[in-house]
Amino acid sequence: MRIVVLTKPVPDPASGGERLLPDGRLDRANSPAVVNGNDEYVLEKALKLIEAAGDGEVILLTMAPDSAPETMRKALAMGATRGVLVTDPQIAGSDTVATTRVLAAALKTLEFDLVFAGVDTSDGTAGVVAPGVAALNGLPYLSYAASIDPDEGARTVRVKRITADGYDVLEAPMPALISGTQALGEPRYPSLKGIMAARSKEITTVSLADLDIDPGSVGLDGATTKVVDSRRPEARGATTVVREAPDEAARQIVALLAERRLI
Amino acid sequence: MAGIWVHGEIAGDGSLTKLSTEVATLARAVAEQLGGTEVTGVVIGSDPAAPAGELAGFVPKVLAVTEPTTADHAAGMIVAQRLAALIEAHDPDIVMTGAGPEGRDVAGALSALTGWGVLANATAVRGEDGSPVATHSVFGGKLITESGFAGGKGIVTVRPNSVTPEPAGSAGTVEEATATGELQQPVVPVVDRLEAETKAAQIDDARIIVAGGRGVGGPDGFGLIQELADALGGAVGATRAAVDSGWIPYSQQIGQTGKIVKPQLYLAMGVSGAIQHKVGMQTASTIIAVNRDPDAPIAEFADMIVIGDLVEVGNALLAELRARSG
Repeated sequence: MRIVVLTKPVPDPASGGERLLPDGRLDRANSPAVVNGNDEYVLEKALKLIEAAGDGEVILLTMAPDSAPETMRKALAMGATRGVLVTDPQIAGSDTVATTRVLAAALKTLEFDLVFAGVDTSDGTAGVVAPGVAALNGLPYLSYAASIDPDEGARTVRVKRITADGYDVLEAPMPALISGTQALGEPRYPSLKGIMAARSKEITTVSLADLDIDPGSVGLDGATTKVVDSRRPEARGATTVVREAPDEAARQIVALLAERRLI
Repeated sequence: MAGIWVHGEIAGDGSLTKLSTEVATLARAVAEQLGGTEVTGVVIGSDPAAPAGELAGFVPKVLAVTEPTTADHAAGMIVAQRLAALIEAHDPDIVMTGAGPEGRDVAGALSALTGWGVLANATAVRGEDGSPVATHSVFGGKLITESGFAGGKGIVTVRPNSVTPEPAGSAGTVEEATATGELQQPVVPVVDRLEAETKAAQIDDARIIVAGGRGVGGPDGFGLIQELADALGGAVGATRAAVDSGWIPYSQQIGQTGKIVKPQLYLAMGVSGAIQHKVGMQTASTIIAVNRDPDAPIAEFADMIVIGDLVEVGNALLAELRARSG
């Protein structure tokens, strides 16, 4: 079985250094990149499925600046087989429409049974690229997965989709595209052996020309949305510190709740 | 401008989601700022009459589109295709939807089908110089950005609890509309529907959330969190640490890989306030924390922090709240 996992390098949410350049793009120099959190959950699931199947490949598909291999190595160290990186000077500043189009085109060059993506990425959190890729490529789309169970013999896949009331169990023929959540399970830490092995794993670089994509249709030039302002959020008011005994502390909490009409 | 559309999302019980009433309320305000642009609701589903009627309480006109397929198939991709066809026929400029799971699925597929851009997770939207400008909280709330459409047309997804839903002064009309033709995208059958293991109140659009973290100590500790939530009329939330420990289901997790919430009150019990949790709740109007550690990160952004044992303070608070309501 072959599983393609869409992975995105994102600024490390714990770094605190995220800021935008004057043209609205992320200042990547100011915040180290990590593999997007939700992508790690689907990657873990893909690795487990391949391990259970006994053979197969997990292929990372990433669209990012040419610094991305560093971040992709971490996902390769977890156990992914190889990586495909779509990179081009023209993709800088691409919006979700361009990202969707580029990933959909790159996916068409790969053979796979399943495509996994995290439900969203921690930088923009739009959560719209996975359904867009499915729509452009005519793939069955199963989203917000809490579990993924492929049946290779029957060529179908079952997904428990998280809903407001519980779960919808979805079933589709393979190939299909699935977006997954943290409910899939904790990602593994790369082993030392995995880290060593990742150094020699293949990362293929693909350009826009390779995908027959007009450079003018992506990046800042092709953007359908534009950032008009960016600022730090207003600081919250001062914190009241209460050190009194529980009964008095509780009275102070209730007083604040009453003052703000919350009770 | 030729109009703003509001996608009316249908809940599991067949009614209109609260989020859609918020989106509709916001759309009316934007339309007014744009000089009286038309606002139209669109409800697509196997039984659209009731939710369309509800949406008509918020906007002047609603298109009710009967689409039998959504009764037993994943709805997002189907709704997006019907919307794309309706857009071609009616030519609106803006489609607004909720930034929940269904709205994101619809927005993503619709964006791919139309080539329209998406202003995602708007916490506010205003009309300015003929087009909408959305406010977003990005990078886990470290930055506020404002953005608009480069070409005039596009899709906006709106975060839950961004506005208080307010019905329009007079009810609107419901018109039946049709969007037929073969669905081009594969349909995905729902082969079973499973109820959640525990029937916890939803945190997505809760006005009050009482959240427990590692400090709660175990599944039993969440009993007190639940009692506090009940006393305040709120829902129970949790940190990833509590979810990973199996004390409470993932559906209640708040933070980077859980849900992003914006309640009026966030009562954080034994929650340290690590960045991965903070990104999910920092826009709460009032944040009150109870924590043993005066140096916990949450002390930096809570309105009030009580330094103490969460069981002792929690029980005292429970007694105080019960005395008040009793």
